[in-house]
Amino acid sequence: MAKMTVIFDRCKGCELCTTACPKHIVAIQHEKRNKEGVFTAYCTDDTACIGCAMCAMMCPDCAIVVEK
Amino acid sequence: MEKVLMKGNEALAEAAIRAGCKCFFGYPITPQTELSEYLSKQMPKRGGVFLQAESEVAAINMVLGAAATGTRVMTSSSSPGVSLKSEGISYIAGSDVPALIINVQRGGPGLGGIQPSQADYWQATKGLGHGDFHLIILAPNSVQEVVNLVSKAFELGETYRTPVMLLSDGLLGQMMEPVAFPDIQANEADKSGWAADGTKMARPHHIVNSLYIEANDLEEIVRRRYERYAKIEETETMAECYLTDDAEIVVTAFGATSRIVKSAVNKARAEGIKVGMFRPITLWPFPKKELNTACANAKAVLSVEMSMGQMIDDVKLALNCKLPVSFYGRTGGVIPTPNEVLDEIRKLNGGAQ
Amino acid sequence: MAVVFERPKSLCDVRLHYCAGCTHGIIHRLVCEVIDEMGLEGETVGVCPVGCSVFAYNYFNCDMIEAPHGRAPAVATGVKRAKPELTVFTYQGDGDLAAIGTAETVHAATRSENIVVIFVNNGTYGMTGGQMAPTTLPGQVTTTTPYGRDPKTAGYPVRVCEMLATLTGTSYAVRTAVDTVPHIRETKKAIRKAFEMQKAGKGFSIVEILSTCPSNWGLTPKESIKRLQEECIPYYPLGVYKDIDQEGGERK
Repeated sequence: MAKMTVIFDRCKGCELCTTACPKHIVAIQHEKRNKEGVFTAYCTDDTACIGCAMCAMMCPDCAIVVEK
Repeated sequence: MEKVLMKGNEALAEAAIRAGCKCFFGYPITPQTELSEYLSKQMPKRGGVFLQAESEVAAINMVLGAAATGTRVMTSSSSPGVSLKSEGISYIAGSDVPALIINVQRGGPGLGGIQPSQADYWQATKGLGHGDFHLIILAPNSVQEVVNLVSKAFELGETYRTPVMLLSDGLLGQMMEPVAFPDIQANEADKSGWAADGTKMARPHHIVNSLYIEANDLEEIVRRRYERYAKIEETETMAECYLTDDAEIVVTAFGATSRIVKSAVNKARAEGIKVGMFRPITLWPFPKKELNTACANAKAVLSVEMSMGQMIDDVKLALNCKLPVSFYGRTGGVIPTPNEVLDEIRKLNGGAQ
Repeated sequence: MAVVFERPKSLCDVRLHYCAGCTHGIIHRLVCEVIDEMGLEGETVGVCPVGCSVFAYNYFNCDMIEAPHGRAPAVATGVKRAKPELTVFTYQGDGDLAAIGTAETVHAATRSENIVVIFVNNGTYGMTGGQMAPTTLPGQVTTTTPYGRDPKTAGYPVRVCEMLATLTGTSYAVRTAVDTVPHIRETKKAIRKAFEMQKAGKGFSIVEILSTCPSNWGLTPKESIKRLQEECIPYYPLGVYKDIDQEGGERK
């Protein structure tokens, strides 16, 4: 059981986290912009997250918190 | 008090150690080098830091770093080196940290010469780096006064959180005079409100900085600094008046030149000429009120400088064009003689005798 | 569930001003993670450069000093000499460190100043809008090399670690990158070693970190990472260039 949470207003939508995820379950959503006008990253499948925190390590903005 | 015979540069260095200076960063340049050499010998023995930097630019930035931690720190140089330091001095002023800068002036521009000069008056009082700021500029005229002003310089810098310059010259730096070192209580200001010396996890982090990207913020910071400058102008001016009470001619001079002028004034007095001397000790703030008082009975003013005429601008501004101000100076390292100055005084008194 | 990854405490909880995908943020975080793990926040003073990371003083929660352009190693020298008990690091870009501040960098190394230099190399002047930097690659187009950097007129790039490794005073010189998670882990290890060397009084350390500048490279963040891997790393090989620990602590 693991979970990655994107801090919505801190995400700049750079997509670097999407390249880091070994499970390929991080993507950019195109429904809601944050206060900076950015479509943010999210986890496409919470059940598949292994809590490795590679997405968070790649994030330049400390916009991802990982729990396990 | 016991007096010892010392070279100006070495006496200044000794006075700095006694005033609690903990760090010195410098670069060799004539005619200030004895100052660095003295400190290189003494600082390690007396719990201080001496470091010869790779350049004047590096030295002044080391001063910025040490000053930012709240440490009493100084650097010294001579004219071309001070030009290099001007970047760092602007940052020190903009960061509101105290530091002492010594300029043992020599002739310029460019590499100029290595003989005494006062041609850095404009640089010191008006142009020591970019931006809206001042330095407190102290200009002693004897080795003893150099010694007396060093601890004052550190204290002024810390009180007002500003860089202070002690403007010496090749004459004062190289001459030997008997000097006494008064017992100094090193009064250090409380720097705990701003010094970057580690939070110890007991306070918010301190930022020593001169960058304010919002124009309104920068204006506000500069205005607040100018409020401090106003207070300095009001309370910290220093000047010497010599036989000015009844003087019809007032000769203005600072630093080493004032000693030549004093001789000329004495000679002129012996001829019955009512002449006196006004010597600013603080060049910034310029002692405007004191000059006007000294010139209460004057009909003419003569500015004597080892330059082509720089302080004369401040003399004219201070007098607000009430009196004619003439100039006599030598430059390039040439030192005016008392007789040359006497001739100028005679001219103002109605012609040569 | 327990939190396994979050912002290090010594990184201020504010939004970084950097462009999307700029790797400065990763490097800030790694330095802060090391400061946290070593318990150094209360005794650390950082020195910021002029360049994109000029505002780093707003992000590092330790005491910070803003240096004139290129002078951070001199400012850090002043701090460390005045208060040797402090842990002192500079954070500098390539223009700051390898152009205008070359003398300060080289001489801090020759003196083996007991400081850590974090050197972010992205081959461009980011803050002023993408001009040629000392580390701009041959042929690279910038706003001041619009036809590509021609070494015949604009000179060759500076390889800083290789240069500093020749100096007796340099204790630790390492080049890493932040293009992948493994490389990010290596970068953190290098930063940690540099801070440990300072705590042990071993002298001058520099951690050169190959970084990206998507905005001024005119690439997306993902494309920038690809360029870093395909063009920058081959020109600036990763690795340890000097480590006095590996040389038995002897200076040669």
